[in-house]
Amino acid sequence: MTEQTDRAGAVAPPDRLGPMARREMGLAYGMLLPTFAIVLAIVLGPLLANFWISFKPVGLGDLRPASLFVNERIRGDLEEPGATATLQYRLRNSSQDKAIHAAGFTDTLPDGLTVTGEPDERCKVTGQVITCFLGDIEARHRETIEVEVTADAAYVANPVKPRDSEAQSSGTSDNILTNFEFTLENFARIFSSSDFWSVLRVTLYYTVFGTAGALIVGLFAAQLLNSAFRGRSVLRGLFLFPYVAPVIAVAFTWIVLLDPFSGTLNSILRQMDVIDGPINFFGQRSVPLNLFGLTIDFPVALSTVIAFEAWRYFPLSFLFILARMQSVSSEMYEAAEIDGATPLQQFWYISLPQLVGILAVLFLLRFIWTFNKFDDIFLLTGGAAGTRTLTVDVYEQAFAVSNLGAGAAVAVVVFVVLLFFSLVFFKYSPKDEG
Amino acid sequence: MRIGTGFFSGIAIGAIWGFVWMIVIAITFMLVSGAITRPPVGAAALAGAAAGALLTVLVPERRTPGLQIGAVALIMIVLALATFGAPLGLPLSTVPLYQIVAIAAIVGMIWLSTSFCMKAISGGRLSRYHLEVVFIRLMKGLGLVFFTVLVALPFYVMVMTSLKSQQSLIANPLDFSLDFAQGPAGLFRSYIELFSTYHFGTFLANSAIVSVATVIITLFFAVPGAYAVARLRFPGQALLSQSILLIYMVPAIVLVIPLYAAFSQLGLRNTLTGLMIVYPATTIPVALYMLQGYFRGIPSELEEAGLMDGLSRIGVILKITLPLSLPALASVALYVFMIAWNEFLFAFMFLDNVDIFTLSRGVVSLNSSEVPRQHLMAGAVVATIPVLVIFLWFERFLVSGLTAGSVKG
Repeated sequence: MTEQTDRAGAVAPPDRLGPMARREMGLAYGMLLPTFAIVLAIVLGPLLANFWISFKPVGLGDLRPASLFVNERIRGDLEEPGATATLQYRLRNSSQDKAIHAAGFTDTLPDGLTVTGEPDERCKVTGQVITCFLGDIEARHRETIEVEVTADAAYVANPVKPRDSEAQSSGTSDNILTNFEFTLENFARIFSSSDFWSVLRVTLYYTVFGTAGALIVGLFAAQLLNSAFRGRSVLRGLFLFPYVAPVIAVAFTWIVLLDPFSGTLNSILRQMDVIDGPINFFGQRSVPLNLFGLTIDFPVALSTVIAFEAWRYFPLSFLFILARMQSVSSEMYEAAEIDGATPLQQFWYISLPQLVGILAVLFLLRFIWTFNKFDDIFLLTGGAAGTRTLTVDVYEQAFAVSNLGAGAAVAVVVFVVLLFFSLVFFKYSPKDEG
Repeated sequence: MRIGTGFFSGIAIGAIWGFVWMIVIAITFMLVSGAITRPPVGAAALAGAAAGALLTVLVPERRTPGLQIGAVALIMIVLALATFGAPLGLPLSTVPLYQIVAIAAIVGMIWLSTSFCMKAISGGRLSRYHLEVVFIRLMKGLGLVFFTVLVALPFYVMVMTSLKSQQSLIANPLDFSLDFAQGPAGLFRSYIELFSTYHFGTFLANSAIVSVATVIITLFFAVPGAYAVARLRFPGQALLSQSILLIYMVPAIVLVIPLYAAFSQLGLRNTLTGLMIVYPATTIPVALYMLQGYFRGIPSELEEAGLMDGLSRIGVILKITLPLSLPALASVALYVFMIAWNEFLFAFMFLDNVDIFTLSRGVVSLNSSEVPRQHLMAGAVVATIPVLVIFLWFERFLVSGLTAGSVKG
């Protein structure tokens, strides 16, 4: 294909695309268009919308738009031809705090019923269709519109409930998401709260140590399975389990395993006389630890969550590191062996330099993914006991406190921090890797 | 035969293995049999040290099978003497069958590990090279034990808890022995209840529908996109092939609020359709990236031949490129399936009605104080088994696809 394109390019003037190349370009754009559209709609669009929402005073309840509820019923008996009754339309604004503009409704009367009395001046009757226009109505507004109707013989013989044709209400209410009312209150609120900076610090600890843990554990695991032995492929499959299994399954398993009362790990540790009382791994914020006369507060829950992160994601780094190690030619090790290099020297001077590239790439990817992680901490602790990260905070603000705007503001912070890290990484990372 | 560092490292290594195997096997014994004991780790370390000494006191050439049998016997004798005839800290009359198996395992593993570490290592003064060899053998052995326990223990607890009852677990959290006397209906009580009263059959079907639909939609869009990026020339091609993965870096939590708001107003929020829109959007970039890497590797001469013979571009893709890239398609499909099956955040945020829950959402609904723990674990098992079976089935595909697609740019 390349040759054909070149030939076409040679015929055409050098600065213009030939017909062949232009057709190819068109085809390429056509093939990519659906992907672009989807990614734009579901990823980039919401990304921008999140910025928009973060400047909006919007709560979870505001998502349900105000609407006019119409409830109709007949008062009086229509048992003989010519009898009259009152048709009532009871109206209600569903919203507690928002007005409805240009409200109204339309209803179709059953055949055999005719409007006889003078209807409300806001209503118009055309044949069997009754249309009422109410104008603007206030929040929590309620009223009843009455219409006098007369039945004929056909209706009495075969009465139809007026409800069978439901009244169609119309009207627009101010949608907080689409109007141009902005506020900085969301940002003011999150930056002034005392929690925010501790949340940021916890996020950094979690990200750095979780990433480093997964990488180091993965490096060790890869060293173990680098040389061939019987049962190696079985173990390799087993080592990937934590990564493959659904997060809900493994997170709840850890909760059950580490439970302070009925958890297996606590009983094992107590049985072995390692600890005196049960440890509440996910519930205890910190425990004072005496190290060389220095007392530090060891964050228990945060460390457990980091351990989970390392446990769950070491398979990924293990897989990549192992693949890289298998591609290092054995000749180098043979040469080193002849020169008398010891095993540890071989690891330090041959294996590790070969792995620096993949380790850097993995660190970068895992750092960003760990920073983005929500599920794990949310399921393990729900952000309690000093484990609330930025992503969990987004959920807490938006859905637990029901303040979508504040949640979106935290999400903006997440995105900005992420952007900052990405820029730093791409600036300082080795160019030839990845 | 001079006595040197080799002999002492033999003793140390024997002691370490005695210690480790006693802990590991005694705990396994407790979990399986339900008996409670305090493992005599000191005695086991002593037995291991004795075996290490016996093995290294002779040069490697003179370690005959007879000597090896002697080492096994020595471990057994020392262990029995040091624990006054109760090698697991229990009188031999309690659960004798389990005890015999556990003791045999301990003795055997101590001997096997020690003799492996000291294989071809003399008891005399060791060079730095040989010392490191011994050290690395020990580390590898310990690492294998450590990692196996680390990975297997949670999954073992998950499966076993689902087969137990809450009362018995609170009474003794170490007892995972199964009571086969209650018959299969009693043993799988939690599972039967999940499927009969907790709608897990529906959840399973929903998860399957969403995941398979995600795979199909993703491939449908990613295959042409990846082909265009890999093969066709157009302005922005290089930029696109490098930046497509950036989409994957966008955190889901940033998307969740706007999507929640928009889907609420569009009436898509509490539907499976909503998930089938969101999941492919997040997986298409990865799939596209993995596939384009593979498409590049297919020799372009094959496609040129097809074009020469009068096939259209679409014909080339359908008749030449796709059949050649079946392994890549399989691995991408599996990867996408796993992502969709395991996805939690959007399922949790979007789904309110029980009859459209996916498994992720369904298992979370079991996490309440009213539902016993064994139901939660049974739910976890139900969610794990399909994806694990598929993974083990296609492991080779998946592993090579994961690493090939992403490591090479």
